[in-house]
Amino acid sequence: MKNKEPLILVVVVAFTLLTYWLVEPYAHSVLHKHVESENFAYADLKPLAKTGNAAAGKDLVMGAGACTGCHSIEKDGMPAAMDAVAAAASYGVNPPDLSNAGSIYDAKFLADVIVNPAHALKVEHKFDAAKGQMHPMAPFAGAGGDLEQEVADMVAYLQSIAVKPSEVTPKMAYENACGRCHALSYENWTQIGEKPAFKFEKDALAYDIKVLEYQEHLTKYMGKLPPDLSMYIRSRGEHFISTFIENPQAHLEGTAMPRVGVTADAAHKVIEHMADAGDTKRHERASVGKMVMIYAVIFAIFALLWKKQVWKNLH
Amino acid sequence: MAHFTKATSVKDWLNQRLAIETVERVMASEYWIPKNINFLWAMGMVLAITFALLLVSGIFLLMYYQPDVKDAFYSVNYTIMRDVDYGWLWRHIHGVAASVVFLIIYIHMFTGIYYGSYKKGREMIWISGMLLFVAFSAEAFTGYMLPWGQMSYWAGMVITNIFALGDLHLDGLVEWIRGDYVPAQAFLTRFFMLHVVLIPLAIIGLIGLHFAALRIPHVNNQDGEEIDFDAEAKKYLAGDTAGSKVIRFANDFMSKDMMVVGFFLIFFFYLVFFNYGFALDPVNFDPADGLKTPAHIYPEWYFLWSYEILRPFSVNIGLLAFGFAQVIFVLLPWLDRSPNAVPASRRGVFKIWFWVLLADMIVLTAMGKLPPEGIFSTIGLVAALGFILLWVALPFITMNEKKV
Repeated sequence: MKNKEPLILVVVVAFTLLTYWLVEPYAHSVLHKHVESENFAYADLKPLAKTGNAAAGKDLVMGAGACTGCHSIEKDGMPAAMDAVAAAASYGVNPPDLSNAGSIYDAKFLADVIVNPAHALKVEHKFDAAKGQMHPMAPFAGAGGDLEQEVADMVAYLQSIAVKPSEVTPKMAYENACGRCHALSYENWTQIGEKPAFKFEKDALAYDIKVLEYQEHLTKYMGKLPPDLSMYIRSRGEHFISTFIENPQAHLEGTAMPRVGVTADAAHKVIEHMADAGDTKRHERASVGKMVMIYAVIFAIFALLWKKQVWKNLH
Repeated sequence: MAHFTKATSVKDWLNQRLAIETVERVMASEYWIPKNINFLWAMGMVLAITFALLLVSGIFLLMYYQPDVKDAFYSVNYTIMRDVDYGWLWRHIHGVAASVVFLIIYIHMFTGIYYGSYKKGREMIWISGMLLFVAFSAEAFTGYMLPWGQMSYWAGMVITNIFALGDLHLDGLVEWIRGDYVPAQAFLTRFFMLHVVLIPLAIIGLIGLHFAALRIPHVNNQDGEEIDFDAEAKKYLAGDTAGSKVIRFANDFMSKDMMVVGFFLIFFFYLVFFNYGFALDPVNFDPADGLKTPAHIYPEWYFLWSYEILRPFSVNIGLLAFGFAQVIFVLLPWLDRSPNAVPASRRGVFKIWFWVLLADMIVLTAMGKLPPEGIFSTIGLVAALGFILLWVALPFITMNEKKV
């Protein structure tokens, strides 16, 4: 009689794939909002019109711009005025050190955040100056000269002191852009820094209390404590994280999370750091997977040959 | 007492005490299987292998898992996934096998329905198989609680709450199952116990029963042919292996089984390493939070069809429909009134019934995951009504079937 096995196989595979397609790709496309990536172009922000002068920028950042009133620039000998907990008590969140800001954040974003923080950060729904809701970062109104030139100078200065963009590590990118709000406990990261190994429990507890105090201020500022991102690479996936970083409002309108304005490259590094935390063994998985697949194919070939040999006398 | 002589070999020594040659003959070389079978007959072996993968990976996971609401999530996602060498591999194998085992169970079940393998003395095979389905479902559900992620917690909440719905109102029973008002420590520990001890024991026992149930009625074949196993076995043993309608379990049947297992393992390991998202739901990588309900709560794909039978109706009717869906498959040998134990393709209206049932369950599965809004609600309602009607109609369809 005719061999029906190929037809049966086609039927089984077709129904399996149909069911898979319905409950996975199709259902998830209905369940979740799809946000298209804009490749971190920040098209809503004006490009810098002027060429900046780093030396002039340094004077502004350290002087009339008053950036260093709140921000440290460790690299250029400007330490933080207060520790993270005290800073969070004053501003809600610890203002970032600006040493490598020039490489981590997009130039257009930096220019806009200097003159209009709530706009660049996309938190105008929360900080509306007209209603007296001031963003904790005071806008720079100019030092008397051409504002556009001054801003370009400041950005040029930040870029001149930063490490080269290619030298920004995934850890640096995460800690600077995300780590002051989001703990990453699987990488031992708290909002006030990497938790050191303490010899005495008393010291460890004292550190934990500082973290809790910081989190209290942060919670008051943000409305809720921003989540620990350790497993976000598995719970949200790369595309979601990337588009969320690019524009949180596109996913979650009204969220208190600001647009942080990272470059495409820095965003990529942030995600890599999150993958190191939550999908640590991904490279091992890929390499072991390849070997197991080769083994499985060889096993199947031997199984097929064995069957043919055994069944030789049965037909 | 039996008479023992000095053993001439290890085999002889064992033979005198355990009758291993007889056991081998009865269980393997003279356990006769029909020759006219296709690869669907290998699903039993595929299931046995998948169960073995679950058991072995589960044992490794058990060495590091902590059944404590404070530590469970961490022990799974940090200790097992990061710290323990190849812990991630055991978890992926366990998670993917738990999902794939249901795919094979459904293929196995629908094969049985298509070829009428629940009739004429094979009723116990069907019943023990359905009991295995129930046990595997319980095993899957209890296991799903253990990582103590968002979907664990909320699925535990929603499913145990079923008993408190509508006029059932068995709030006391729900509390008794949970050991608390909400899923918490008592709940996690008892589900852990069920998952690693009680249900696996039940499954192993039922697998024994399922195999035993096959022995007397013999395995069915793809042509619905009634085979005289004794006569065909004699023919085989006399040397006419090509002419005989039966084959040995080992190595004849086994070699074909292992060939199918070989191809299955390629598919399986591809999923384990490269496409595991369907089995390890992203939502469950968020730790359980009783104050934050996920936007969409849905069961794993293999429960979706029965979940969708619960959903489109008002609460009380939904519960009745859900209860109906849980037990109706078990009754199949008696609802099918036809005397024919042949493939559906030769059974007229039953053939249509079979394919409509399969399509209906796929529709229910899809609608069970999609949000119950608009057109999806309507399709879900129609499919759920369709499911009930199909089963109610089955005795009438099969009653007048012509004998083939």
